[in-house]
Amino acid sequence: MNLLFDYFPEFREGFLGTLSLTAASAALALILGIVMAGFRVSPIPPLRAFGTAWVTLLRNTPLTLLFLIAFFVIPQILFPGTSPYKLAVGALGCYTSTFICEAVRSGISTVPIGQAEAARSLGMTFFQTLRMIVLPQATRTVIPPLSSIFIALTKNSAIAGAFSNTELFNVSKLLNDKGYPTGWIFLWIALAYLVITLAISGLFRLLERRMEVAR
Amino acid sequence: MSASVLYDAPGPKARIRNRVYSVIGTLAVLGLIAFIVVRLNDKGQFAPEMWDIFNYAGVRNDIVDGLLTTLQVFAVAAVLSLALGVVLAVGRLSDHKAVRWFATGFIELFRSIPLLITIYALWQIFLTYKNDLGFAGDGTEFWALVVGLAVYNGSVQAEVLRAGINSVPKGQREAAYALGMRKTQVMMTILIPQGVRAMLPTIISQLVVTLKDTSLGYVITYQELLYQVQQIAGNTVVNDDYPYVPLIIVGGAIYVALCMALSALATWIERRGRRAKSGIAVAPAEQPIAAGDALDVIDHSEVAGPAGTATKN
Repeated sequence: MNLLFDYFPEFREGFLGTLSLTAASAALALILGIVMAGFRVSPIPPLRAFGTAWVTLLRNTPLTLLFLIAFFVIPQILFPGTSPYKLAVGALGCYTSTFICEAVRSGISTVPIGQAEAARSLGMTFFQTLRMIVLPQATRTVIPPLSSIFIALTKNSAIAGAFSNTELFNVSKLLNDKGYPTGWIFLWIALAYLVITLAISGLFRLLERRMEVAR
Repeated sequence: MSASVLYDAPGPKARIRNRVYSVIGTLAVLGLIAFIVVRLNDKGQFAPEMWDIFNYAGVRNDIVDGLLTTLQVFAVAAVLSLALGVVLAVGRLSDHKAVRWFATGFIELFRSIPLLITIYALWQIFLTYKNDLGFAGDGTEFWALVVGLAVYNGSVQAEVLRAGINSVPKGQREAAYALGMRKTQVMMTILIPQGVRAMLPTIISQLVVTLKDTSLGYVITYQELLYQVQQIAGNTVVNDDYPYVPLIIVGGAIYVALCMALSALATWIERRGRRAKSGIAVAPAEQPIAAGDALDVIDHSEVAGPAGTATKN
């Protein structure tokens, strides 16, 4: 108990760091993932190929390797002097976007065929069909997998702590270096993660219930 | 629903428009790749000298050593996680309340904590009791990584297996009891084999995750592939620069090749399982995001039917 109160500012910083890393990379992943899912079902072959390559490549790469690329290669070629926070958000966002892309794509496949056919027979273009008819209906089926994707993202954000970001893993490292008992640190950090992951699953259950519709 | 439902068969106008978009799309993708290549080239990362380092026996040996270490960690962690998975799954389905609660608590605790934090805590504990546990050399890091991976992935595999065992039709269990088999016999000879068969694609996909997560050894300075790659890149100076890009391309290619080979195996088994008519749905070969999803997998594959199977990659 003492450990938490003695180092409360550090714990708070770490907790907020994890929270903001998760939120920012979730937003990035959501946008990228939906765009990539759009690419993968689009009528234009090069975009389809790009989407497939993106998903296959990033899914089979360890996240730690992506972090290595983000921290040692990206500053060299694209944006020198980018803050570690932005680089970490980029790596986490790109990695998570592949899972979101696949969730959205399988969500699209659960929308009854008749819906897209009706949209087409009304003369809607591909983009209109996707944006106004299919994606809104797919949202309902995509929400449960999104919840577990974001929980996985929360846990993955711990790796950012090993790359000079302030978050919960960093706190655990700091306290371990100071020589406090590992077991207690582990329990408190675990509790902090549990708070975030339970909040996410609660939030999504709420969303799910609000969007529920008899079909 | 296949993708083609989303748009009409293109007429003459749409065909021209699609072609224009195709050209623009191709140019955009190629332009992005070209931009990155040009920038890397400007930094001298594609200079022949940078790539010449792979001709040195030392560099090659280091990479092979790293690869072998990664495979070794993966092999031990995979075996341990599967064994732990069986024990935890059986424990969670046990008739004894205490065993059930312990297994549930264990699974839920280690599933909800980032693997990196588990590995790091284990590393610290192992370092403290290094002499009592009798670790020599980098044995501390090895066992911290292996035990961490086994504990986390074992919890996930347990949930996957439990989903598989629950998917076995009730008649199988009842028939076994009717034949006079005991609880252990029913579990070991009837339920687990059929459950494993149903979940084999998901189990292998989780092994892909295990393989990817061996790279967390980098953080605890264990000399697996990623750490070796980073060390070589950070300690070699070619043309006043570090050869990060060549080494990351080579290291990344090795990881991607290994993971894709394992994923392909999972997809192949899934396809084979679909052809067989055992009456038990085979789970899709997608990487489970969280273990809880494994429980939905079976329902989905039954509900989704032919429409769902059309989108498998």
